[in-house]
Amino acid sequence: MALDKNAPETRSFKVVGSRPLRPDGIDKVTGRARFGADMSAPGMLIGHILRSPHAHARIRAIDTSKAEALAGVKAVVTRADFAAAPEGMEDVLDNCMAGEKALYDGHAVAAIAATSAAIARQAAKLIEVDYEVLPHVTDVDAAMAPGAPALHDGRSDETVPDGYSANVMSRVEYGHGDIEAGLAKADRVLERSYKTAATHQGYIEPHACLATMGPDGQADLWCCTQGHYMVRNTCAALLGMDQGQLRVTASEIGGGFGGKTTVFIEPVALALARKAGRPVKIVMDRTEVLRATGPTASSSIDVRIGMTKDGRITAADAELRYQGGAYPGSPVGMGSMSAFAPYDLENVRTIGYDVVTNRPKQAAYRAPGAPMAAFAVESAIDELAKGFGLDPLDVRLKNAAREGTRSSYGPTFPAIGLEATLRAAKDHPHWSAPLGPNQGRGVACGFWFNFGGDTCVTLNVTPDGTVTVTEGNPDIGGSRASMSMMAAEELGIPYEKVRTVIADTGALGQNEVTDGSRVTFAVGLATIEAARAAKREMCARVAKIWGIDEEAVIWEDGAAKPAGPNAGDYPPMTLAEIAAIASNTGGPIAGHHEVNAEGAGVSFATHIADTEVDPDTGATRIVRYTVIQDAGKAVHPAYVEGQFQGGAVQGIGWALNEEYIYGADGILQNPGFLDYRIPVASDLPMIDTVILEIPNPGHPYGVRGVGETSIVPPLAAVANSVSAATGVRMTDLPMSPPKVLAAVQGQQEG
Amino acid sequence: MSQIHVTTRLNGDETEFLCDAQETLLDVLRNRLGLTGAKEGCGTGDCGACSVTVDGRLVCSCLMLGAEAVGREIETVENMADGETLHPLQRKFLEHAALQCGICTPGILVAAKSLLEQNPSPTEEEARYWLAGNLCRCTGYDKIIRAVMDAAEEMRRAS
Ligand code: FES
Ligand code: FES
Repeated sequence: MALDKNAPETRSFKVVGSRPLRPDGIDKVTGRARFGADMSAPGMLIGHILRSPHAHARIRAIDTSKAEALAGVKAVVTRADFAAAPEGMEDVLDNCMAGEKALYDGHAVAAIAATSAAIARQAAKLIEVDYEVLPHVTDVDAAMAPGAPALHDGRSDETVPDGYSANVMSRVEYGHGDIEAGLAKADRVLERSYKTAATHQGYIEPHACLATMGPDGQADLWCCTQGHYMVRNTCAALLGMDQGQLRVTASEIGGGFGGKTTVFIEPVALALARKAGRPVKIVMDRTEVLRATGPTASSSIDVRIGMTKDGRITAADAELRYQGGAYPGSPVGMGSMSAFAPYDLENVRTIGYDVVTNRPKQAAYRAPGAPMAAFAVESAIDELAKGFGLDPLDVRLKNAAREGTRSSYGPTFPAIGLEATLRAAKDHPHWSAPLGPNQGRGVACGFWFNFGGDTCVTLNVTPDGTVTVTEGNPDIGGSRASMSMMAAEELGIPYEKVRTVIADTGALGQNEVTDGSRVTFAVGLATIEAARAAKREMCARVAKIWGIDEEAVIWEDGAAKPAGPNAGDYPPMTLAEIAAIASNTGGPIAGHHEVNAEGAGVSFATHIADTEVDPDTGATRIVRYTVIQDAGKAVHPAYVEGQFQGGAVQGIGWALNEEYIYGADGILQNPGFLDYRIPVASDLPMIDTVILEIPNPGHPYGVRGVGETSIVPPLAAVANSVSAATGVRMTDLPMSPPKVLAAVQGQQEG
Repeated sequence: MSQIHVTTRLNGDETEFLCDAQETLLDVLRNRLGLTGAKEGCGTGDCGACSVTVDGRLVCSCLMLGAEAVGREIETVENMADGETLHPLQRKFLEHAALQCGICTPGILVAAKSLLEQNPSPTEEEARYWLAGNLCRCTGYDKIIRAVMDAAEEMRRAS
């Protein structure tokens, strides 16, 4: 059969680009949808985790006998109940259940399963842990200083030069050209240091799971996760099971933002279920979420940028130091790669250091590593532009990366949308709107790679001509709707005729987690290919019925039609008609596609922020905010806008309020939503959005991921805006009222 | 530990349950009565995911004891729709794509309904302040506020 080979640019869409209601919507507005904590099982026990009260301590011994003796306690596990982790997974296991040392306040040291939550909590108090308290460190620069308390001695890899603290785990370097030669050509070289605090993903749903394991070793796990296949593989490895023996079902997920791309309680619940022989449910409370999951890295960054007085960047250099908590793996690599990605630079270099501290192991957070790097770079560019009296958008346009630019991290860009976002920003009424007293305007750009990865989709045609798309990525913000739309588009049938379901791990092959803005791109691509496979099969069946060549049957508007010399010879057969007689033409009809999706398109955004700073209190209010981003192709524009708005507001929280605050004792001081304050409705105006569509050549419909880029610019956009409003350059996030007030008063006195 | 016997009106029906003295209303709803629409986001009154109304007043069910429900009228998100017919707020939330993950949605719907009962014509600012106790991490609130304002307008026209 001949399939349409329309290039994404020229194709016109019927379903894609419209705004239908999401198929899981009614369940979610009526309270019927089942999230992680909403499941129970007969005979279920409640699990509870005992956590370290120390930032850093050697665990000499754990005595669980009193807890085990308590009536209602059915199992207690410690690290001794887990075999040694397979290579490469030692840190994951150690983070789920501490071994030799507790490495941060909140680190799990033991777990109990009991007949009620109250008994489990009571039992936790009866567990005696003999700790030898050790010196600790929580600040990235302090952890890099000579003589800092070492978390893991001798684990630095070969990239770390001699003489660095044992807490530096690795070093990366990217770039090209000659920095010093470039700087020599500049009219001004700006050198600045920036800091950002650790922030938490802040999903409203705490981690929750329900584990069951039979005496035959077969197990089932229900949990809220961004990737149940990852959960299966990781838990099977940590519990010494075959992957096929563990079936994981993803619940509806109440937010993740990267924070649910790893395991915390899931292996523990399985270990308890194995020991107790009964189902075990574990639900974290908010304090546990803040103390022991997420957050993102905190950072300390030095930037040097040289610029000519007409705004051309001659060289750009940055050193990034990220602490990612108690184990190696901060996102400093991606921070280093993304820092200067928006610009076309002759001389560019980034050096990154991955540092460990006595904090919870960082987890991915929306565009991991990029927002902090963009904060530093976009602040420096803003300061240089202002110093020369240049329009900050013009300066960015002058240096913008475009098709053919060799990126700062290596690859050469195909068609990209940065310039388009900058021009749209210049043309937007927001850019020229008047400002009131104590108000300032800031602008910043952001970049994100976007991912593809392993993906499986099966598309089944039912006997009555409806279609079920089965995919393996939890729907975290409307992706069922997007998949149904792409399947409907490709098959030429109404959206209402397609239902998308998220399969458990028994139903499909391996699926990469819902991360890297990959789902609409990669699962969409696999959905389209699965639909094409089904169309090919249907055309073949019809060719047989008509007794003509397969090549002479085309698919158009939801039906098979004779083409070429046979055109018009037979009336078209619709999908429903073909489905109805499938049993007689060879059996059920389905299409499937398995792929390691490549060709994810990078995406860029430009944000404009207006703030008003109260000179008496230092409090900052967001007055107006506009997001302009390239989506490639917006499949469901309302959900694209939602990603733009949500990312922008998380970035606003990071810029203004949110931070992990540790006391001198290394204990987290604000483990609750009262003191870890995320933006609320009254903090914000409407968030304007502009969707640009510069098609991604790597996707049949031109789709790029959209979920992450939106959190990259806001830190700098807001900081540039506050700096404009106050006349003081803000280099340390969050810009909480006391900090802003001190800066404003310092300037008045100075 | 002896349990307390409670009789209350839940979503219009007389309901009885036993609970421990320290058990929250949220735990009773979720764990004893099978109503998992109200969610626990914090357990400390800071997120609003557990919002219900008690005698018509908006409360965080995580801050109230189950035993305190004696003789009260409790309404949860499960009772917002009238059979098959969604409440205008529920419909507008879907039309405006005012939910992404949906975990905050039940609490926000209950809170917004309570707002519109007290103030059928809220300004955007009033809606934002009323909902300031309901955290949403996904949406940035834009589409939530639009949905609430649109539902308010539709309900005003209908009444
Ligand atoms: S769970 Fe009740 S306010 Fe958060
Ligand atoms: S939609 Fe996810 S928290 Fe509101």
